[in-house]
Amino acid sequence: MNKWTRDQIAQRVARDIPEGAYVNLGIGLPTKVANYLPAEREIFLHSENGLLGMGPAPEPGKEDAELINAGKEPVTLLPGGAFFHHGDSFAMMRGGHLDICVLGAFQVSKTGDLANWHTGAADAIPAVGGAMDLAIGAKQVFVMMDHLTKSGACKIVDACTYPLTGIGCVDRIYTDLAVIDVTAQGLIVIDSAEGLTFEALQQVTPVPLLRTRG
Amino acid sequence: MIDKTVSSLEAAVADVCDGATVMIGGFGSAGQPAELIDALIAQGARELTIVNNNAGNGEVGLAALLKARRVRKIICSFPRQADSQVFDALFRAGQIELELVPQGNLALRIQAAGAGLGAVFTPTGYGTRLAEGKETRVIDGKPYVLEFPIKAQFALIKAHRGDRWGNLVYRKAARNFGPIMAMAATTTIAQVSQIVPLGALDPETIVTPGIFTQRVVAVPPVNADEA
Repeated sequence: MNKWTRDQIAQRVARDIPEGAYVNLGIGLPTKVANYLPAEREIFLHSENGLLGMGPAPEPGKEDAELINAGKEPVTLLPGGAFFHHGDSFAMMRGGHLDICVLGAFQVSKTGDLANWHTGAADAIPAVGGAMDLAIGAKQVFVMMDHLTKSGACKIVDACTYPLTGIGCVDRIYTDLAVIDVTAQGLIVIDSAEGLTFEALQQVTPVPLLRTRG
Repeated sequence: MIDKTVSSLEAAVADVCDGATVMIGGFGSAGQPAELIDALIAQGARELTIVNNNAGNGEVGLAALLKARRVRKIICSFPRQADSQVFDALFRAGQIELELVPQGNLALRIQAAGAGLGAVFTPTGYGTRLAEGKETRVIDGKPYVLEFPIKAQFALIKAHRGDRWGNLVYRKAARNFGPIMAMAATTTIAQVSQIVPLGALDPETIVTPGIFTQRVVAVPPVNADEA
């Protein structure tokens, strides 16, 4: 089956982020999106630990332990960037001020429920961080994930079996097979990997998919 | 003359009692008041409830406090990390209680305490297991969860510069929880890289006004870039 690589998914997400957008990229796969944001577009990256206008990683030797991102990796601040405390940072998220957040996921349901913080395993040490705030707070929530798990189960499901992060919060799903909008009418496929037919995509997806509008 | 500066780390934390709730600033190690935590370990208070975003990294700072078995309970959003081995072992052995709070609700509950609010309706966590058993309400068609303030007897925070009235400014992303924890604790103890004369901090840029700070102790930075 034809698939997009992780970098291609990141590239595809980056294409959909417009000039002037305030954007939070979640820990893990979504951080790759930053590598593909076109230089000519001014986009404000938010990091929930208290940065707006986050820049790329510093040159080796220029790291500052007090200038890190949400994944605790060293970053830089662009001219015009700002620092703020956690109360303000989460008000930006919860208060609907961010235009887009991009999150990883274990599962997304057909109605846009998101599960991305806990596998449900009894012995797992839980950790949630800012996932629940981002899920319900950003104007648009994009999810980036593999379409299938390593064992072949589809991560787009009728109802999440893992503990939920948020209800009905996902707007768009980017997988290695397709880009799918979560709408009141259902899941609409708006793009798919080259050579992958709608029927082949539907075959590996256990919930009904709709073809692109128009 | 009002002078909130304290001459030693030991004196700054001398009255933290057994069973106290102590907020500790920092996101990972950025903004973590490591020297104040070391002083707290040396001071010996036990059965503490700690409020922090994480549950310690490596073997130093908050992780060292946990390792010294001084912490009964931790309230945090993200305990599990690549280097949270001290917490992980205590948790798996049932030797530490965990209250897991979504990060924004953690900040909000700290802010609610500092602002004197009785409770706050927040949309975060609604319908998830972290809101199980909590009161909910639909306001303007949107569901919310009732969350209660987190208060503390003490806050240990790290700021960049401070003066003898307790005014503070922070450095870069080390600001994180400092300003809101300073507001939520009865006694806020700030370690600062430098104590400056009154009037040296630009009043337009003071982040934590001195009313929220009870003690200031100087800890010159190891890294000269942070001076």
